[in-house]
Amino acid sequence: MTFSLTHLANPTRFLNFAGAVIPSLAGLAVILLGAGLYLSFFVAPPDYQQGETVRIMFIHVPSAWLAMFAYVLIAISGLGTLIWRHPLADVSAKAAAPIGATFTFLALVTGSLWGKPMWGTYWVWDARLTSMLVLFLLYLGLIALWQAIEEPGRAGRAAAILALVGAVNIPIIKFSVNWWNTLHQPASVIRAGGPTIDSSLLTPLVVMALGFTVLFILLHLIAMRAEILRRRVRALQQTQVAQAALTGA
Amino acid sequence: MLNLGPHASFIIAAYAVTFVVVAALVAVTIADDRKQRRLLADLERRGITRRSAANPRPAAKPKVSRTASEKGSA
Repeated sequence: MTFSLTHLANPTRFLNFAGAVIPSLAGLAVILLGAGLYLSFFVAPPDYQQGETVRIMFIHVPSAWLAMFAYVLIAISGLGTLIWRHPLADVSAKAAAPIGATFTFLALVTGSLWGKPMWGTYWVWDARLTSMLVLFLLYLGLIALWQAIEEPGRAGRAAAILALVGAVNIPIIKFSVNWWNTLHQPASVIRAGGPTIDSSLLTPLVVMALGFTVLFILLHLIAMRAEILRRRVRALQQTQVAQAALTGA
Repeated sequence: MLNLGPHASFIIAAYAVTFVVVAALVAVTIADDRKQRRLLADLERRGITRRSAANPRPAAKPKVSRTASEKGSA
């Protein structure tokens, strides 16, 4: 495993690896999401309390999980940038940020659309919802930081520091439902003592979560490849300018 | 037809938003990847290449033992 990660640290090797696995991941994502949607609408029964609205859970929960997973990935990549100066760490973090922001947005919107019929309101300023909104704002801040600083190395180091500081929000999101009073239900899948959801609802949720996760990995690999190529294009454009200056001199 | 009950509009809206946003994310990600590949190919076609691509590393020279006189001059 260590050998594989070290091997992939070379951007050219990473590009070859990404090119080889992207088609298979795309096929797997389509199969898992197709199966997940079928299970969500045609196999999963209505919940005894929430009725048909429980079907929103099959997109809301995977979105929320990926929103946090992407941020943890960015924070770990931040360590890679600051401590080990891994050549792909900053590329990984920068590529993950827009995808994480998108899934955070989806978790917020689908949560609001689930909250209105169940709680009677689209939004409350409680700990879980507010900390998820803070996560979304952190993502926007990271994206803005990368856009604002032209030199990728400097931008990467600044973003890594912000990402590591913001990582304190992740346990707050996770445990907010236990620490404070909230309308949001407590953890019912990833918890001590095992899931409390019936298997008829848990199976579609797990299949959808796997589909979302494979989609995330797929998009992350494509975005990383694009970022590596963007840096090569930038370097070549700088070479072109330097050559033109020498010719003109 | 699937009966989604009295809150069908909320369920449909949640899935519709998710579909549109994920489709847009996929489209933007793929478009950016293609754009960078096109830009790189265009630069390389114009003869602007990376140093490692323009000057491939020469094969390693065979190791030869230095003579005593060479060692002395080093």
